[in-house]
Amino acid sequence: MTALEQSKQPGVSLWQDAWRRLCKNRLAVAGLVVLLMQAAFALATPWIAPYAYDAQDRALGAAAPSGQHWLGTDQLGRDLFTRILYGGRISLLVGFVATAVALIIGVSYGAFAGYAGGRADACLMRIVDILYALPFTVFVIILTVFFGRSLVLLFAAIGAVEWLTMARIVRGQVRSLKQKEFIEAAYVLGIPRRRILLRHLVPNALGPIIVYATLTVPNVMLLEAFLSFLGLGVQAPMSSWGILIKEGVETMEEYPWLLIFPSIALSVTLFALNFLGDGLRDALDPKRSKD
Amino acid sequence: MDTVNMRCRRSAGAAFLILLVFSLAGCGARETRVQQGTRDGVLHIGNDAEPQELDPHLVTGVPEHRILLSLFEGLTTLDPKTLEPKPGVAESWTVSDDQLVYTFTLRKDARWSDGSPVTAQDFVYAWQRILSPKLAAEYAYMLHCIQNAKAFNVGALTDFSQVGAKALDDYTLQVTLAHPTPSLLSMQVHSSWFPVKRASIEKHGAIDVRNSGWTRPGELASNGPFKLTEWKPGLVIVVAKNEHYWDATSVKLNAVRFYPMEDLQTEERSFRSGDLHITGDMPIGKIPVYQRENSAALVIHPYLGTYFYRFNVTKPPFTDARVRKAFALALNRDEIVQNVTKGGERAASSFVPPDTAGYTSANAMPYDPDQARKLLAEAGFPNGQGLPPVELLYNTSENHKLIAEAAAEMWKKELGVMVTLLNQDWKVYLSSMNALDYQMARSAWVGDVLDPINFLECFLTGGGNNRTGWSSPQYDDRIAQAQQAADAGERNRLLNEAEGILLDEAPILPVYTYTRKFLKSPALKGWEPNILGYVLYKNLSLGAS
Amino acid sequence: MIAFVARRLLQFIPVLFVIATLTFFLVRLAPGGPFDSERAVSPEVRAQLDAQYHLDAPLAVQYRDYMVALLHGDFGPSFKNPSRSVSEWIVLRFPISLELGAYALVVALSIGLVAGVLASTRPNSIRDHAAMSFAMAGICIPNFVLGPLLVLVFALWLRWLPVSGWDSAACKVLPSITLGAMYAAYIARLTRGGMLEVLAQDFIRTARARGLSEARIVVRHGLRNGLQPVVAFLGPAAAGLLTGSFAVETIFRVPGLGREFVQAAFNRDYTMIIGTVLFYATLILLFNLLVDLAQAWLDPRARHDGA
Repeated sequence: MTALEQSKQPGVSLWQDAWRRLCKNRLAVAGLVVLLMQAAFALATPWIAPYAYDAQDRALGAAAPSGQHWLGTDQLGRDLFTRILYGGRISLLVGFVATAVALIIGVSYGAFAGYAGGRADACLMRIVDILYALPFTVFVIILTVFFGRSLVLLFAAIGAVEWLTMARIVRGQVRSLKQKEFIEAAYVLGIPRRRILLRHLVPNALGPIIVYATLTVPNVMLLEAFLSFLGLGVQAPMSSWGILIKEGVETMEEYPWLLIFPSIALSVTLFALNFLGDGLRDALDPKRSKD
Repeated sequence: MDTVNMRCRRSAGAAFLILLVFSLAGCGARETRVQQGTRDGVLHIGNDAEPQELDPHLVTGVPEHRILLSLFEGLTTLDPKTLEPKPGVAESWTVSDDQLVYTFTLRKDARWSDGSPVTAQDFVYAWQRILSPKLAAEYAYMLHCIQNAKAFNVGALTDFSQVGAKALDDYTLQVTLAHPTPSLLSMQVHSSWFPVKRASIEKHGAIDVRNSGWTRPGELASNGPFKLTEWKPGLVIVVAKNEHYWDATSVKLNAVRFYPMEDLQTEERSFRSGDLHITGDMPIGKIPVYQRENSAALVIHPYLGTYFYRFNVTKPPFTDARVRKAFALALNRDEIVQNVTKGGERAASSFVPPDTAGYTSANAMPYDPDQARKLLAEAGFPNGQGLPPVELLYNTSENHKLIAEAAAEMWKKELGVMVTLLNQDWKVYLSSMNALDYQMARSAWVGDVLDPINFLECFLTGGGNNRTGWSSPQYDDRIAQAQQAADAGERNRLLNEAEGILLDEAPILPVYTYTRKFLKSPALKGWEPNILGYVLYKNLSLGAS
Repeated sequence: MIAFVARRLLQFIPVLFVIATLTFFLVRLAPGGPFDSERAVSPEVRAQLDAQYHLDAPLAVQYRDYMVALLHGDFGPSFKNPSRSVSEWIVLRFPISLELGAYALVVALSIGLVAGVLASTRPNSIRDHAAMSFAMAGICIPNFVLGPLLVLVFALWLRWLPVSGWDSAACKVLPSITLGAMYAAYIARLTRGGMLEVLAQDFIRTARARGLSEARIVVRHGLRNGLQPVVAFLGPAAAGLLTGSFAVETIFRVPGLGREFVQAAFNRDYTMIIGTVLFYATLILLFNLLVDLAQAWLDPRARHDGA
């Protein structure tokens, strides 16, 4: 097509273009499909789970996979498939919501600090340093005491810790992008600072942000296991993938299925997330658009 | 690309790989630490947690105690199998008719690790030390059976010569008691009664200074079969044979190495790979494996402790004894020890473990779900209706969680009641129990002494270990009388009555009697398990399996 | 540049002060004290203990006394392990965590950087997918699973390495790998991401057009800019590695500061907690400073910005 014809084509927004490119990436689409299926399973759990999550069969004990228990049972004779389904609801919820919390706080904070520069940046980053240095374990123990044990609090606790690293990464990105010519151009054009930040800086910094977000989710899911250990988070007999994996390690040699299946569930989710994240990053990268 | 070059590189790479494999494979045929230790007479012990300190008057934990038993010797030792008191530093003793005055004759050849003699004054000094108020020794209460000891310990009395412990001469020690104490002789193996060398302590500070540093290797004067040679925190504590020990010729080991093992799985793997002769504990999940293989390494032995659930009697619904008993009767303890804990524990129907110094409870808390349902209905909650969810508190542990989950399910099935579980970190858990901020809580009591009163004393009105809010003047009365009783039969009768009251009003629910389960290499000889977990190190030896 | 560093170092003081204060009050909020135990202690003994450790004074007084001691470099005795003072414990344990962290960092960087660069130079190829899957495995397998697995294979079945401990060189292999694995995965992903961004840029095309070799382009031109997110990550990563890992140190019986720190929190060992927090905070601040300097060096354009 000639240049003239090309210029008459209807414009494509960044997001539309990104979506189109994402769909072309087969792995990313596969990842998205898997995640959606996980979500569907999680929502449908009360109907598809073959047993109640706390139904015990103590005489049976830990049994290998069989016709009655497709993935085997744990030491109290509870069906593992059921527990993985219910555990998935908790893990997925915690993983995504807590990461979203960390993302929102971290990106806003970091972008602002990186763009503002100077004293404000220094001050904000020192605050991050201080918060980072405070003992996490103690902080969590106090939370369990003062605020009881609600799942919402779990998100707050996790989000309150993960946002710090996110902020630092975003700040670093914004700072290096700030010097680029297209930002200077935008400034010269008179575009207000907030608009520069939101519509130009952040989308360009999205690459590492997305990658780091996909790295935060698994971190969060496993952190949740540690928090349950401390008494914050889900209480027995409810479980999560992190807790199931932790329990499974103890009996790794005698009852390997207790470790293998929850690990597979977690890994599948994380791989899917990973591919989706890569796809998103590639799709959103404006430099790749017309090549 | 140069083909010759590539070939050279490839063959060099291959040679390197082969070398690597062989050198590493050679490592597999290496002698294990256990084999080497057996040859050299060095015992490798897995010892639970890192000791906080090695001062016999300040320690509170089992791991510390196990080490101290190798370093110190008290007036008596015990026969590891029968737990009968035998001469230690004291070679003989006489008891007065009223059971209140004990006169010990010490052996003249007992020595400290620096060669100086162990005298009666060492014991008097030691007991003065542990009873000094400023030392704030948590186990000082074990010596409160001595006349005026309690008054001295709380600061009401400042003149120690009024306390019933006197050195009549260098080798004669007289102890006057405030009340008959049948377990006095067997108590002597507890570290709170151990002698300490005055000069050794005072070199580092006054008699009642905590953590003065006198327990460092090279400084610690010990009178037992071994002396402290090395302390690498987190890695190992080494004790070597004490040549000045009066019975050094009977000691067959050259050294003992105690390894702190915080993680049970790591300890079990260490045992399997030949790093330890004996472990302190073992993961429950591995017990069936060793049992299936009929392994001689697995040792399961009853232990003087009870695992139980507490009820907070100050908060509904457990203000009503019928509700408490309903929960107690509906818990199938046999099933728990068979299918959940699987460690050879015995279901407990009483609080004091059976056959504790000859005492066995005549009363029992049976398993009777029908009666439980009846009681619950009587209390106004037929089939559990109208009863709000009850919360069961436990401190973080896989084991406690499993038992609690099983118990909750049992109560749901038998009584129709809803029990929610709450896991709290250790200190928060203690804090909740002390503040009576719980409904039901998991608990345990391990006896320090071979005496049922050590268990039953917990539930005296206002006692620090009570933590249930329960109070019974009749109970307190029986215990007080039993304490003064000189006749063993009378004493046991009174204690039995007291325990009867306890089990009837059920502020607690005994679940099972502890067992100790650990792994022992066949190379270790002379290790006799007993319910106190007492070790007589001079009996141990290492030899071919 | 010197002024920049000096200014940042000066900022340490108020930051550390705030951290010490916040931590001091934070730990007191948690229920349970260092001397709570299963066996109830008599009130007299309790009173004595509290008096000796100054726990009976009003909180403000305790705070003042503690801060004064701190200014003299006295962190106080450890409540739970009183055989040594807090500073002695830190001096004893930290070098071990440092060593473990250093080895883990070496593992993480060598595997991560190589994997990331290899993946980014041939995006969407087999090489890329293999490297990234390997990296994902490092993230999906938590260290408390990887550790026991490695022990099972290498220590129990193959008998090549010891099960636990920190005495010999052989002991140090498995814990280092376990600790470094997850970071290797992160670094691989971040490197790949950063490098992909950079390699698509115009100046790289220019370099290619000029005929420079691919290797030279990647290493000399690509890495400098592509490593930016990795460097940003290295700050918290190094800090995380240095603070040790509770799980790794417990599983492998490494007597490091990481496990001590978490145990101190569980035991309410007030002095130990604050001492360790301050120590770590200083390290973290130093690391972030180093990271900022490295970022400035890597990207000259970001240099001329105040902080």
